[in-house]
Amino acid sequence: MDLTYTPEQQAFRAEVRAWLEAHVPSAPLEHFDATREGFEAHRQWEKTLKSGDWGMVTWPREYGGRGLDLIQWLIFEEEYYRAGAPGRVNQNGIFLLGPTLIEFGTHEQKQRFLPKMASGEEIWAQAWSEPQAGSDLAGVRATATRDGDDYILNGHKIWSSRAVFADWAFGLFREPGSERHKGMSLIFFPLDAPGVTVNAIKKINGHVGFAEIFLENVRVPAFNRLGDEGQGWHICMATAGFERGLMLRSPARYQVAAKKLAALWQAHKETADPALEADVVRAHMNADAYALNIYQTASRLMAGAKIGPEASTNKIFWSELDIHLTQTALSILGPQAELTHEAPDASPVDWIDDYIFALAGPIYAGSNEIQRNIIAERMLGLPR
Amino acid sequence: MDFTLNDEQLMFAETARSLFADSSTPDHWRRMMEAGEAIDPARWASIVETGLTLVLLPENAGGIGLAESDFALIAQEAGYVVLPEPLVESAGVAAPTLAALAPDHPLLADPAATIAIAHPANPYVANADSAAAILLHQEGEAFLATPDQVTLTAQPSIDPFRRLFTVEWSPQNATALGKADWDLAFDRASLFNAAFGLGLAQRAVDLAVDYAKERQQFGKPIGSYQAVKHHLASAQVTIEFAKPVVAAAAAEIGTRDVQARARVSHAKIVALEAADKAARASIQVHGAMGYSWEVDVHLFLKRALALTQSWGTPAYHRARIATRIFTQPMGPDQTFAREADNA
Repeated sequence: MDLTYTPEQQAFRAEVRAWLEAHVPSAPLEHFDATREGFEAHRQWEKTLKSGDWGMVTWPREYGGRGLDLIQWLIFEEEYYRAGAPGRVNQNGIFLLGPTLIEFGTHEQKQRFLPKMASGEEIWAQAWSEPQAGSDLAGVRATATRDGDDYILNGHKIWSSRAVFADWAFGLFREPGSERHKGMSLIFFPLDAPGVTVNAIKKINGHVGFAEIFLENVRVPAFNRLGDEGQGWHICMATAGFERGLMLRSPARYQVAAKKLAALWQAHKETADPALEADVVRAHMNADAYALNIYQTASRLMAGAKIGPEASTNKIFWSELDIHLTQTALSILGPQAELTHEAPDASPVDWIDDYIFALAGPIYAGSNEIQRNIIAERMLGLPR
Repeated sequence: MDFTLNDEQLMFAETARSLFADSSTPDHWRRMMEAGEAIDPARWASIVETGLTLVLLPENAGGIGLAESDFALIAQEAGYVVLPEPLVESAGVAAPTLAALAPDHPLLADPAATIAIAHPANPYVANADSAAAILLHQEGEAFLATPDQVTLTAQPSIDPFRRLFTVEWSPQNATALGKADWDLAFDRASLFNAAFGLGLAQRAVDLAVDYAKERQQFGKPIGSYQAVKHHLASAQVTIEFAKPVVAAAAAEIGTRDVQARARVSHAKIVALEAADKAARASIQVHGAMGYSWEVDVHLFLKRALALTQSWGTPAYHRARIATRIFTQPMGPDQTFAREADNA
């Protein structure tokens, strides 16, 4: 065990830091889920990142990545959050579909989709859930009917993050008549294809971060299927592993938040409830523990291990720590807590928005109830 | 950067695990409780024979000279069997403290001899009666005395395997050893008790899992009910996020800066919280049986309680973390930061 960075890793950090300091926009961008303009401003940022070769740092170079290892990825993320760089509008592509494509895609598929994902030219939405299938994805009813070299897609997807403004979506579809985990395929479709209707759904913060998608006889080439026909469930579970585990929530996000919380406490401690200091300390401990856990997992994966059901423990931990952290900030703010960022008295950090966002954590990427079932059954061996 | 254990460390842990699994079973605990004993001479002999008491002792004192990371793994395995003998306090804390003062002390030549430590952090001294000697503190100076050179007053603990005493002594009846590193002793004790807590926690969950697979209610094993699953899954999440903190604290303890002290404190808090949470979940899952003397879970609960409040209360350790937060840079690039880098 060696918990120090190598000279190469330190040099890499300095390189990332210097580039970000020179390129991160000085004023924050409008949120990508708020308006089309905000979305396009983020697409432009993705292109800027790509110009510095920082688009998809862990992907192989031949597919538009930088070929970094997981420790370098963590360092990149630390510097990214430290610099206050914009949120990644293409996170579905980067963290979910990208790793899945790299693992299961053909060379031709990787060439076709990955470089454009890395450059921000094509921004992806996920289309997993359906009105009758949320955490129980085996209940998906949307169909893919084979017609020569094409599929005809039909169905109704919902809770599709980014789908309102994005270019492409990936979703699970089943062979007509198939049941549960069998006969499912993971298929990509352009969101502007004939037969696709996208309706925005406002989130509780007013942003159009969700959509429902209706598919009526949407024709896509069989080339758009990832993996073998009927292998969709297996691939989907691997994707969910990426989502719950390493890639979705880099620890840096919470370490920045814990730092801001400590500053908020320092600024308010003359007037706030002294008992809240324990919560500020706890927020730091949680963010730090999450970072250590991810560094340990990254080291294990680099030594050849595979990520397993422990991904579910990560998802519970980061979602709960996020709520605790933002709730502590609201407690410190007192009556100021409920003010939106437009209010003259608003805190410079939009804690209420962060809190509202944190509330979604225990729901998306498989609800925490489902994660606890996975831990109990697959880690502890309890009966189904 | 490599946050993994090496083969040698894994081998040591495995050796300790199989030794403890054979020699520290519920039958052993029951026999000891009935006899009112806190040390099993046969088990202690096998621990000594395996070399576990020599792991942290420096080579110049006849030890193996390994590091805290290695001993922490052994402490974790000891926690898994709620080991009654004072392996952690004697071999992990007192013996290395004595060795730093007097590497040639004859006590260190006998690997079977246990040493108790009367650290200023603790009002009660564990296993002082059975120790070959007690390491005593007065104004930073260390003294050594045998139990018959001091006055011991038993202070019975809720934990049947913790023998606590208050110690009255006089420097005239003790051997002066000079200024000891009481802070290092404190950090080692905090760290190893955290590691012990991880073991306690995992065993409490494992006991409940075994029970929940067997015990039937409403025609099904209770472990198939989501409410039962969620208690144990939540406890396991707490364990999983205490583990890397303990591992990092063990790796960093030697730097002895404000970050290392905070890390040790973090480990002590979260590992023993995990032990408490797991023990309470385990009692709940065992139902009324869990509240009985007959089921072993209470041993894990009681040790967790004891270790939570000794070697620094949670409030004490939280204050050390607050010092790190409010005097040192924070943020995502500071996970492995050192005080020297920020000087």
